[in-house]
Amino acid sequence: MESIIDFLITNEILIYLLLFTILLGFEVISKVPSILHTPLMSGANAISGIVILGAIILIRNTSPDNYIVLTLASIALSVGSINVFGGFFVTNRMLSMFNKKNKK
Amino acid sequence: MDKLIFLFAAFFLVWGLRLQSSPESAARGNKYAALGMFLSIFGAIIMPFENSGFNNYLWIFLPLTASSIIGYGIAKKIKMTSMPQMVSIFNGLGGLSAVLLSFIELYKTSFLGGESSLAYQMTLVLSLFIGSIAFTGSMLAFAKLDGYKWSEKLTLPYQHIINIVLLVAILYFSYQYFEVNNDFNLIYLVLGISLLYGIFFVAPIGGADMPVVISLLNSFTGLTAALTGIIFDNKVMLLGGILVGAAGTILTILMCKAMNRSLLNVIVGGFSSSGKQTVKEDQGDVKEINDSDFAVQLFYSSKVIIIPGYGLAVAQAQKLCKEIQEILETNDVEVKYAIHPVAGRMPGHMNVLLAEADVDYSKLIELEQANEEFKSTDVAVIVGANDVVNPDAIDDSSSPLFGMPILKVWESKSTVVLKRSMSAGYAGVQNPLFFRDNNKMYFGDAKDSLQRLSTELKTL
Repeated sequence: MESIIDFLITNEILIYLLLFTILLGFEVISKVPSILHTPLMSGANAISGIVILGAIILIRNTSPDNYIVLTLASIALSVGSINVFGGFFVTNRMLSMFNKKNKK
Repeated sequence: MDKLIFLFAAFFLVWGLRLQSSPESAARGNKYAALGMFLSIFGAIIMPFENSGFNNYLWIFLPLTASSIIGYGIAKKIKMTSMPQMVSIFNGLGGLSAVLLSFIELYKTSFLGGESSLAYQMTLVLSLFIGSIAFTGSMLAFAKLDGYKWSEKLTLPYQHIINIVLLVAILYFSYQYFEVNNDFNLIYLVLGISLLYGIFFVAPIGGADMPVVISLLNSFTGLTAALTGIIFDNKVMLLGGILVGAAGTILTILMCKAMNRSLLNVIVGGFSSSGKQTVKEDQGDVKEINDSDFAVQLFYSSKVIIIPGYGLAVAQAQKLCKEIQEILETNDVEVKYAIHPVAGRMPGHMNVLLAEADVDYSKLIELEQANEEFKSTDVAVIVGANDVVNPDAIDDSSSPLFGMPILKVWESKSTVVLKRSMSAGYAGVQNPLFFRDNNKMYFGDAKDSLQRLSTELKTL
């Protein structure tokens, strides 16, 4: 129990951040109307590809002769970035369909 | 410098999602979010490390370039009807990425030393577990959505017991790893069982529950992204992950509400668990309508509401819908589309399909508004939908659909149901709407039927 309280105190800022981010997330997302739920989901999906930052950081910190880690991490980077790029492109394609009328 | 870049990135990600609140600004919002993502990737590439990293830029730019080309290619070619499949695959890839990263970190702490506090390792194992469910679960969801035969509702005997055993095994092996011995083979076990659990988790869930599953898996990927954010001590990752988690969670809740079922009920395995529905005796005959009568009826009404369902999406008939809408509008018929929240195979799917066919989004109305407007509607045309217009949901407390919010189409002066046959809907129940006095049936594949109707309308 003490260790948990310790952990909370030492990571105070992080926990605040966590709390407010969750609230912010729910607040922002709940404003999205249902007609935009599919683009929202594919857009959010693209954002979840943000894990590739971890892959990049990992690769940059790995010794060049450690092929196991480098290979695995670059696979992680590849699949994650398909998610990122594909997600944003397809969301863009969908949303531009919603706006065709305005452009004409 | 890198901290500043991450700060801007975080701002653009949140602002981008904020702009999704209206169709006019959503496209701009998506570009902002993409900019935020670009900035954070850039930040991760240039951020300095204390012990001056090795960089290995070749290992970074090669995958990035290749994936951007692949991702763009898929995004450009994919059909809008296949959007749920694509979202599932992408979601699975995100999960896989997180799984690999947690695995590498565990591998490093185990073999190469480095940080290994208990909290850190627990975060890694948790991320490994959730990411694995998101990965294999999404892949199976993809198979189901794409209609592979073997992937229809699979229920093993003792399914729930097996699931619980798998969960307990994961907990046990993780505990062994943390507390007893740091044997890396335990991690392989945990990984293997977690991947298996993802399959078992999605296997019993049926086709029409897919909107819930996709949303839920999406929130899992978000959660594991947030956990990797903690692992790599990167606040943008944490933020991005939580935003996605929130989006997935909200959509899951909305979809469950729209079907009037608890999440547990969906996960446990669909309508079959709600007991056998007693087959009602003959409810009389259904009346069919022929091409010209239908066309005339539509052409000379003042207000028509179309209720599109999954059948329309399968038949790819959304463009024909738009064509009919245009013909009717030349005769001053008001045409609207009533969209049930679970129409289609993922949240909001039907709206995208209609937008693709150039239907103006102001013509798409949601459940509550539609239910008010039916009273002033002459004809409600139901295309390939069934359970969402079943009056039993209100009238019959023994129906498995009872309590589900539905479109009260029968309040309009008349209804026409376009349907292939009299077969029951996904919930496996007959729809008494078909037998009502003011209802007519128009049989055939959605595309053929609408084609026939359109041809007939043109002669008027």
